Amino acid sequence: MSAHADLPHLTYENTQLPKESLWRKFPLIGIGIGVVCLALAFVLGGSEGGHEGGEHGGGHQQFYLSYLTAFMFWLAISVGALFFVLIQHGTRAGWSIVVRRIAENWMILLPFFGILVIPLFIGQHDLYHWSHPIAPDDLMLQRKATYYDSTFYTVRTIAIIAIWTLLATALYRWSTRQDKTGDGKLSHKMRWWAPLGFVAFAITTTIGAIDWMMSLDPHWYSTIFGVYYFAASVMASGAVITLSALALQKSGVLKDAITTEHYHDLGKWTFAFIVFWTYIAFSQFFLIWYANIPEETIWFGHRLVHGWEYVSVFLPIAHFVLPFFFLMSRHVKRRRLTLALGAGWLLFAHYVDMFWIIQPAVHGEHFSIHIADLLTLVGLGGVLIGGFAWFMGRGPTAPVQDPRLEESLRFENF
Amino acid sequence: MAEQKVWGLLAEFETPQTIFTACEGVRDEGYRHWDACTPFPVHNLDKAMGLGASKVPWIVLALALFGMTAGFTLQWWTSAVDYPVMIAGKPFVAWPAWVPVTFELTILLGAFGAVFGMFGLNRLPTFHHPLFGSERFARVTDDRFFIAIESRDPLYDAKKTKKLLQKLGATHVEEISE
Repeated sequence: MSAHADLPHLTYENTQLPKESLWRKFPLIGIGIGVVCLALAFVLGGSEGGHEGGEHGGGHQQFYLSYLTAFMFWLAISVGALFFVLIQHGTRAGWSIVVRRIAENWMILLPFFGILVIPLFIGQHDLYHWSHPIAPDDLMLQRKATYYDSTFYTVRTIAIIAIWTLLATALYRWSTRQDKTGDGKLSHKMRWWAPLGFVAFAITTTIGAIDWMMSLDPHWYSTIFGVYYFAASVMASGAVITLSALALQKSGVLKDAITTEHYHDLGKWTFAFIVFWTYIAFSQFFLIWYANIPEETIWFGHRLVHGWEYVSVFLPIAHFVLPFFFLMSRHVKRRRLTLALGAGWLLFAHYVDMFWIIQPAVHGEHFSIHIADLLTLVGLGGVLIGGFAWFMGRGPTAPVQDPRLEESLRFENF
Repeated sequence: MAEQKVWGLLAEFETPQTIFTACEGVRDEGYRHWDACTPFPVHNLDKAMGLGASKVPWIVLALALFGMTAGFTLQWWTSAVDYPVMIAGKPFVAWPAWVPVTFELTILLGAFGAVFGMFGLNRLPTFHHPLFGSERFARVTDDRFFIAIESRDPLYDAKKTKKLLQKLGATHVEEISE
């Protein structure tokens, strides 16, 4: 209608990040921060933390534990971004096209997790109890020995990251190729592959969550665990895509292209996954609580004593109650400041979630927080945000030649 | 037969564009008791009409919170107060077991709030409306767009209002009696 008279015209040139912006310098700054913080975390996370449960540890148990927490935190964002891209193609969504490049640039960091995962192998014996010789009277682990086998584990990790790399690079290449050619067939191609991508995504994410997080307590199992991590990852990536869009607009690109309508929808998308996470998290707890089988309840048992009970109460409040009521109103989602506050809070809650899942595996005896937790979080963040900034600076910050871009620019909520 | 009371004016428009600008015109004149009828949703017509935010969300929130409280209280009272039964060694106040029903009642009453709140605000069901007296109005379900201004509007003036509607692009304006 009349309100649409002045649609912004996005071109290959006018969507590039400005030459002098911080984004251009951030790849180097980020890697600098990353190297310094991770090195410091490695030193500070040594010996002192190593004595804890570490009769077999190499002395850096705290570092590996902190690193795993930060690793799962940041991985969730890239994994969630991959899902975001897949679902937009799979459902032929129109609204999201203008923010799709942001998600794609978080998604394309997935191959680098092939390098970032290496410390988990070096610290394997510090983290994963199953990687030690299994006691002859431990019948449960004896039965699981085929699965929790170091070689099979390595093969799985490589396969998961290889599949993510394949999916991410294919979608990224086709999308960036379209920036130049405007070929509509590429859209069809991405749409055609998306459903197969869902299947691959579901299997790999589930196995990844089980192998890297759930196997910290190899006796325990929860069939919903993969979905739990998936729900958390989509929520976290929704928050990050929102914050990235705000940051990009601050730097002067896509100023009139990403509108209140797009932020409103990003807010709704993230909000939906706050609720979905809660649904899954409660289902997991509820079934185990109700059935009351000791080998299942023990996992929650560890988290209800020695100071962890406070985290267990704080988590549902921080991850559900507060953001749920805060982000429920459309006015909050349509105002940039409040939406940014909500998104920032959700990332904090997401870290608490990862911390609560991972850390009791080693610090079960008493709640503990270590400077290495912060350093690894910031360090990995520096590296990954640096990578994101580098990809963002490589080309247009939106899919400028997508045949349906106009539909996205025109998008309005009722 | 006594003369029938005038209900208001009905103006006919041929395209969504004309009714959109006409609505802006009627809004800017300051009319309050009027409505637009279209065969399909016209994007942003609510803004062109100057309608405020819907009250339905508040009804939904209120009923959802009521459902939540009712669901929880019902289970608490029946299984922990009125007739406590020990089940599977759980405490009487085994709140996790109550969450599914509490949740479902929250959603159920919230949904009722959305549907029946909308009905109430739209005064549905209404079995007759003066506009149904117009032959031309039947085309509102096909290919015509209408604006109806009620005579109870303080700005209503048979001649002036008719002139305004014609000026805004109405192809036909008729008087509707009650």
